[in-house]
Formats: sequence, structure tokens, C-alpha cells
Amino acid sequence: MNKYKLTHLDYLESEGIHVLREVAAQFERPTLMFSGGKDSIVMLRLAEKAFRPARIPFPLLNVDTGHNFPELNEFRDRRAAELGAKLIVRTVEDALAKGIATQVPGELSRNRLQIPTLLAAIEEFRFDAALGGARRDEEKARAKERFFSFRDEFGQWDPKKQRPELWNIYNGRLIPGQHMRVFPLSNWTEMDVWEYIQREKLELPSIYFAHKREVVRRAGQWLPVNDLLPPKDNEEVKTLQVRVRTIGDIMSTGCIESEATTVEHIIGEVSTARVTERGGRADDKVSESSMEDRKREGYF
Amino acid sequence: MSNPDPKSIELLRFTTAGSVDDGKSTLIGRLLHDSKSIFEDQWDALQRSADLAGGSDVNLANLTDGLRSEREQGITIDVAYRYFATPRRKFIIADTPGHVQYTRNMVTGASTANLALVLIDARNGVVEQSKRHAYISSLLGIPHMVVCINKMDLVNYSEDRFREIREQFYAFVPRLDIRDVTFVPISALKGDNVVDESQNMPWYHGPTLLGHLEDVYIASDWNLKDFRMPVQYVIRPLTDEHHDFRGFAGQITGGVVRKGEEITVLPSGKRSVVKSIHLLDQELEEAFSPQSVVIQLEDDIDISRGDTLSSLDTLPYTTQDHDANISWMDEQPLVLGRKYIIKHGPNTTKVVFREVVHTVDIETLEEQHGTAELGLNDIGRVKFKTMAPLVYDAYRKNRNFGGFVIIDEATNDTVAAGMLRSPEKPAPVPEHKDYVI
Repeated sequence: MNKYKLTHLDYLESEGIHVLREVAAQFERPTLMFSGGKDSIVMLRLAEKAFRPARIPFPLLNVDTGHNFPELNEFRDRRAAELGAKLIVRTVEDALAKGIATQVPGELSRNRLQIPTLLAAIEEFRFDAALGGARRDEEKARAKERFFSFRDEFGQWDPKKQRPELWNIYNGRLIPGQHMRVFPLSNWTEMDVWEYIQREKLELPSIYFAHKREVVRRAGQWLPVNDLLPPKDNEEVKTLQVRVRTIGDIMSTGCIESEATTVEHIIGEVSTARVTERGGRADDKVSESSMEDRKREGYF
Repeated sequence: MSNPDPKSIELLRFTTAGSVDDGKSTLIGRLLHDSKSIFEDQWDALQRSADLAGGSDVNLANLTDGLRSEREQGITIDVAYRYFATPRRKFIIADTPGHVQYTRNMVTGASTANLALVLIDARNGVVEQSKRHAYISSLLGIPHMVVCINKMDLVNYSEDRFREIREQFYAFVPRLDIRDVTFVPISALKGDNVVDESQNMPWYHGPTLLGHLEDVYIASDWNLKDFRMPVQYVIRPLTDEHHDFRGFAGQITGGVVRKGEEITVLPSGKRSVVKSIHLLDQELEEAFSPQSVVIQLEDDIDISRGDTLSSLDTLPYTTQDHDANISWMDEQPLVLGRKYIIKHGPNTTKVVFREVVHTVDIETLEEQHGTAELGLNDIGRVKFKTMAPLVYDAYRKNRNFGGFVIIDEATNDTVAAGMLRSPEKPAPVPEHKDYVI
């Protein structure tokens, strides 16, 4: 037998490190989008591996919807401080105040409003590359996205004008005003992310683990009760043992009932899960093309 | 599905190609469904779109055809990447369209695959599309091939028909560079020999498709003989703690490197010894392709992005004049004499094409000489000169050190991908003056 054999996690790790180093080498002003969510935590780990013992050569960026889970923001700030990384936070609140983003009447979730907020931040700092933790297995519009995903002057993605990507060669050439979204975790699945978190013993925000929380049943999901999301008159507030599988805006992130209090338990749950990870995200359910539409506009 | 032990699971990447009616999407759907990789909400979404369309059957193609224009036209346009796992392996499928006008997508999907899955409709036998896919797989050096003879249910599960098609395929194989080929008779629709063994073909004693995908030996698919590491990035922390640290970061594209080993830096030809190999806080005794590592050398020599660290036993070519197979991917055809940008690993330089030696008729696979035109989806052989020398191995020897892309300076688009061949007159190996052998 051949002793020079990589496991799937080693292979994915090496691919991700390679992509991160290409970004550092090919771009003038890259940034890494760090929300404190599990995918961005894995991406940050890969960045450590890519550049240590030197510092990670780019700032971290987070678009705060104002609806973020408080546990997530606390984790985000602490982790950035531990790494000695510069953290830039731009808020939807601020974008609304400046008129960069405008709310549609009746729109509760702020996921869509992240788009103009992010694009404004990219313009403000003249970022030419933004690293994101998106994965191709999340959603079928993403299944066709490149590692280096080219955006025009309006931040838009054109699925028909994507650059061919072969071997491990990435074309990052731009003209000023354009930028690149780069996804080092493109080939990872939800399970790979959890197995890697386990292997690397990565710390996670507490909401990923089962905890008691007040929730209401709405549109087939358990939504967390909070100041922004008060229960309606006809809704019964229940206290359940829940955790989140994916984290978005607090208004649209469904919780799942779970007893999983460790990464091992979660891996067990993921391996028997019968619903995709984003199945709990109301924002993806609007139409069959809702992710594609948001991506075209400049979503992560 | 039981929970696989991540410490021993390998990843197999394979490519499929095909058009609407040869059952490719049904086959992928079957693999995902029978290995329990389709989730309930995906299934619900498929049923919703089937109901809306007024049809009653769930169309598994809707799982892979993710873009609106694809669903509208009922075709796969781009490469779609799909993921599934069994307790024994993880899989990435690069699902590509099969028509001539999507040759570039097939080439893209093939570039990273360990295995090509070629589909043949048992009623039609070997047709141009299956030949084209096999040819592209061979051109891109995919080490393994599985030929699935599909729709066996429509030919009464006939062993004779299976043998006949296998002979047709063998007759065509000598024109290709294929090292490992396996034939499996299947029915994707009925599930015969896809995941579960068929009860309808007792004459077949080979593995099921999934069984073969789980078993095929891929650990030797990487070149593990000739150490090569193109330097991507130089790591200099400049901190008190790591004041003298100067590490060369890159992904090993070939071979194995060991601590204490003497290596050479190309194209300069300078030599040094490996002082240490790092992966975050681990120090490694040896590292191999395709690991991404940081290497420190004993001597303080000038090395920057685009230089290659190489073993001394077997040296790569270092030349400015090149000969390559190429797949053109842009609507604007190749212009001889015009400057383009070539990207080979982390190395970027300018390039001028001098000659189209021949093009390949993708229908007949005949070489056509005397045609200077190389346009969208054409495949051919070209000669060109680069402004700076490239350090490379022939693609046939190392897929990850012999491939390149061509970029149009004006649009920044990636317009072609190529596979370097051995140069006709290999240039002498550069030898640094400080060293005398």
C-alpha cells in the first residue's frame, strides 16, 4: 500500500490553503468575510495554516444585520482579538440610515439588505477580493459557482460569463472597480465542515449546540423568540431543547430540536439528517431561483 | 448511513458528460438517491416543480440543473459539482453537458477528475458523443475510465448486446491514451448494477458502478516520483519571535520532499538543502503531492513567487519554446502573432502563438493539418514562445505541472487551456556558476 495518501479532509484543507495563498498573492486589497458562523471559522483556520507563523495578511469583514445572534457577535469579536486581526464591521442599520439600503414594506429578514451594505463596504475599502465561506453543496445555484467568482462594477454575478477554472489555476485578473468573490470551501460539504471542526478542535459559538430556548412555530419552522420577533397572538411560545444548523438573520434562521451538546453528537445528527442544511432558511424558499437571484445582485 | 471514520476516507473526483436523453441525470439522481444523499426538502422541491409543470414524474435532472436558464431550456449548460458520500469514500461529481458546443465545459470538468464515467445508450451503441467524452478524458489524462452501458432494460438485458458495444469501444480505444477501463451494464432508471447488484443480468460478474467507484485504486494517481513545488507566496513574519523565518509556501505538485534533502531552485539553478517543512504548528519529516506546506531552506537565496523547488534526480524542462495540446474556450478565435497571457501554476508571463500544427475533428477524431484557425470549442496542437521560460513537466508525466491557461489581455477572460508536451529539443539544464559537478 501507498503511504503517501491524503484523506478527504487533508485534500480539502490543502486545496483551501492553496486558494487562500493565491488570493494573498494575486490581489492588492483582499478581505476575509468572518461572521463567526461555522464555515467562516473553518476558513479562518485555513488562513492560519496558509500564513503562519506570519499574520493573516488581510482584514476580517462582517456585515452586521443588526439581527445577528448576540452569541455570534461576541464570538466574532473575541476570535478576531485573539488572532490580532483587524476586524471591520459594517451594519445594515447604518446603510439604511445613509439610504444605501432601502427596506421593502413587510420585509422582516435583513438578508437581502446585506447586499448593498456589503457592496458599499467593498467600495469604501476598495477591496478587490472578498473571501467567503460559501459551499457548492448548500444550494444548486452555488453548485455552478467558481472558486474565483468574478463580479462586475455593480457587484453582479453573471452565471453565463464565468471563467473556466482548470486544475488549480485561478485567474484573478480584474480591471479597477471589479472585484472577485473567492470561496476556498467550495468543495466542502456540511459533513466535511463538522469533521474538520472536530479534527482541529475548533471553538464554536454556543448556539450551534443544544440549549433551551423560547421558540414559536411559524411556516413549518421553529423560530427563536426575541425583541425583534415577538410571538403573534395566536402563537404558542414553547421552551425547547434546540440548536441552529446554519446561521443567518435571526428572523429567518430556524432552530431544530436537538440533544446534541458536542461536535460528536452533531456529526451523528448530520449523518442521519433528512433535510438539507438550508432547509431551515426561510429566505431560500421564496422561489426555486431565490438564491440565484440574490447571487446575481451581489449576495455572498 | 453509518458515520464514516474521517481518518481513512479518500476523495474520488469523477466526471460525467451527456445530453438530455441518454440518462445521465437519471444516473446521477440514482446514485444520490440510492446512497441516501438526496434530502427530503430537495425531494419536495423536485415534486413542487413537477406539479407546477403539470407533469407527474419527478425530474431528477432538476437536482443538478441549478440555473434558471438551464431549467427553462431543459439542458445542462455549465459544469455542476455534486457531492455524495458512502461509508467508504467521498465523491465529487463534475457533471457536464455532452454536446460539441460545450466541449470547453467537458474539458474543465475533466481537469481535476480521477475517473471518467462514459455513458452509452445500449440501444444506440458507441456514438460520437461517447467518443468525444472518451477522447477528452484521455486528452486531459484522467487515469481511470468506467464505461456504463445504460438502458440495458430496453435491450432485454442482453449479454450479446453488451459484448457488441464493448467491442465497438475497444476498436476505438487504441486511438486514445487510456490506462484503465472497466465496463458495467446498467439501467439507471431501474437501478440495475448502479448501487445494487442486478437480478436481471446473471451473466455479469463484475462490480456494480458504485462498488467500482468505491474500490478503484486512486492513491497512485498523483505523481509521487518527481518532487516539484512552485512557490506561491513567501512567508516572512518579521516578528521578534520569528525574526529569521523565511518560508516558501506552495502546493506540492509532484513527488515527495524530505527534510535534509538537497534541492534545486528553477529557473535559476541554485541549490540548497531543505531545513524544515511546516504545516501550521507541525514540523514534518517529509511531505508529498498534493499537500500545501511551507519549506525553509538552509541557504539565503533569492526565491520569489513563480520559482520552482525541484528534486535533483529528475529535472523538469526549462524552456521558452513550447509544444502543447490546447482547448480553445473563447468566442474570439486564436490569433497567431498576438500577445496573450499564460498562467502556469503561480507563474504568469506573456506568450505568442506561432503555429497551429493541427486541429482535431471532434466528430471523427481525425487530425486536420493546414488549418490555422482555432476557435471556440476547438481542440488542436500549437507551438508558442513565452517571454520568460516556463519550468514544467510534460502533462502526460504530471497533470498538475503540465497544464496551463491562456488569458486575453484585453478582456481578462480565460480563453484557452493547454497541456504541455515534451519539447522537441530540450534545452540544457541551467547550472549555477557557484556549483561545479
